[in-house]
Formats: sequence, C-alpha cells, structure tokens
Amino acid sequence: MKFGVIIFPGSNCDYDAYRAVKDVLKEEVEFLWHQDTSLNDCDCVILPGGFSYGDYLRTGAIARFSPIMRRVVKFAQEGGLVLGICNGFQILLESGLLPGAMLRNQGLRFACKYVYIRTEATATPFTNLCKENQVLKIPVAHSDGNYYIPEPELKRLKDKSQIIFRYCHPSGNLDPVYNPNGALDNIAGICNEKRNVLGMMPHPERASEKILGSKDGVYIFRSIVNFLKREKRF
Amino acid sequence: MSNPQAMKNKKKRHFQAVIYVKLKDGVLDPQGSTIKRALGNMGYRGIEDVRSGKVFEITLNSNNKEETEKMLDQICKKLLANPVIEKYNFEVK
Repeated sequence: MKFGVIIFPGSNCDYDAYRAVKDVLKEEVEFLWHQDTSLNDCDCVILPGGFSYGDYLRTGAIARFSPIMRRVVKFAQEGGLVLGICNGFQILLESGLLPGAMLRNQGLRFACKYVYIRTEATATPFTNLCKENQVLKIPVAHSDGNYYIPEPELKRLKDKSQIIFRYCHPSGNLDPVYNPNGALDNIAGICNEKRNVLGMMPHPERASEKILGSKDGVYIFRSIVNFLKREKRF
Repeated sequence: MSNPQAMKNKKKRHFQAVIYVKLKDGVLDPQGSTIKRALGNMGYRGIEDVRSGKVFEITLNSNNKEETEKMLDQICKKLLANPVIEKYNFEVK
C-alpha cells in the first residue's frame, strides 16, 4: 500500500502529511511533483494544504491545470482514493472533482484554530472507523473556507449523503458560533458521488500525534488503510 | 505580395479585450460588505451596496473578431471565472 503526497509550488503541509503516513500509520509514502505525469502506482493521493501557484486568481485555480492534476482526475474517475486537505480541497473544487466553490471567509479573517467537526457519514473510505456523529477536534488554517454551493446542488449533496463533516459545538450541536468561516450549512468536508474523493478544510495531518494537541485526525488516515485492506487490495 | 504566409500575417490585427469578473447576484461578497461598512465609517452617506470584482486586460493578435470573442469566452469559462460563483462579460476593441 502506497500513499503519494503532491507538492505544488507553495504547499506547506506536505511534510506534515508525509510524516503522518510514514511515522504514525507506518505505511509507505512518497512525494509527487506537480510537473510529474505519473502517480507511481500510489493507492491514495493526498493534495496537501498550503498555497499553490500563489493562489493567484482564485485558490486552486492555477494548480488545477498543473500536469499532475490531469493524472489525478483520471485516477479519481477510475475509483482511486484522493484526499484534498485545505488548499487541496480548493484544488479539487476548481478541478471539478468535487462540486461547489470557496468564498472568502465571512469577516475576512484568516481562521487559524482548533475546531470541532461532526462526522456526518461513516460509509466512506475516509471515515469508516469513525462512529456516526463522532466529533473530531482538528485545526483549520485558511482565508477561503467559506463553502458555497447553489441550492439545487446542495439538496443533491444532502440526498446522497455527500456532506461528510460539519463544524459543530464540542458536544456535536451544529451551532453557527462554531462555524469558523461562514460555510453554508456548517460544511467542513464533502465527498463525490462515488465516495472515493474527499475534500476537507480542517487539517487531519496536524492532529495526528498527542504532542500536537489532538490525535483525532488519525481516524481519517486509519480509515483509508482499513478501506484499502478490506478491499483486499492488500 | 507573393508569400502567402506574409499575406496571412498582414491580415492580423491587434485586439484589446477588457474582461470583468463579478460574483453572481445573491452570492455573498464578504469583501464588498466590508468595504461598504468602511465607507459608512468614513462618513459617506447613501451607499446602498458594494460588490467587488476583477478586471483583466488582454492584448492579442487575430484576424477574426468573432473567433477572438469565442476564444475569450472559453478563457473566461475555463480559467478567469469560476462559473459556480462568478459571472463575466467582456468588451473587444
């Protein structure tokens, strides 16, 4: 089983993601360069947080056209597992692998703090080890995390249980006070219809060891390993 | 002129395109509302709404205005605007 972490010009959570896979999961992992056109047989591709191409125009708008993304889109269409964290989520939205778009945070502040997110669906490769409605403590760090999607598509997301994480009170209540960016319906993470692509604003790799303040992000990484093993791919 | 390539080039002319990208009506514009509040604090009265946006100027060579407009439309759809949240229009001179 091999994970790949893509490095875009400006990625700054690439090493955090690499470390979470290598030292916490103890699984094989390698870096993939944005100019590459091969995923080197990786079974799960992580688009890390940070910035990409200066995030000129819109976050993720230029990265979407990088050579590796053409390969990632094909990989996702073939059922490969893709996890986009923060800027990675923004790139997945721009590339059309996930529906919707990001607006500037309400209040225009850079939101950098621990938040609580409620697991809204566990039937995914990314949350199968979480309990229904389990609350995870994971940090966010972004300016553009104000998720938006037009009404008819929001209904489709709900109908197909594609909303995977919502910002919440530590008890699990969906209080708008605990929404750090004004995202529609407290949405913190969504998956595609086939459920093999997940985008989330909070950073699970920054919450993967006790010394970091939380280990809750490990549920997500371990779920991926569990899924790949269960699929008898390993 | 005997060289057909030179004749083709001769027909090409400069076009100047100005492209405006704005958030769609009804999509929240946190920058616009912050600017509106600031204008109020500065003492300007009667400001009902502020919507922010982007302007791009593109200079290009082409021998056909219609094709240029088609190309610009594609450029807007694919890169300059995100059709989920933004609308665009352009002028070509």
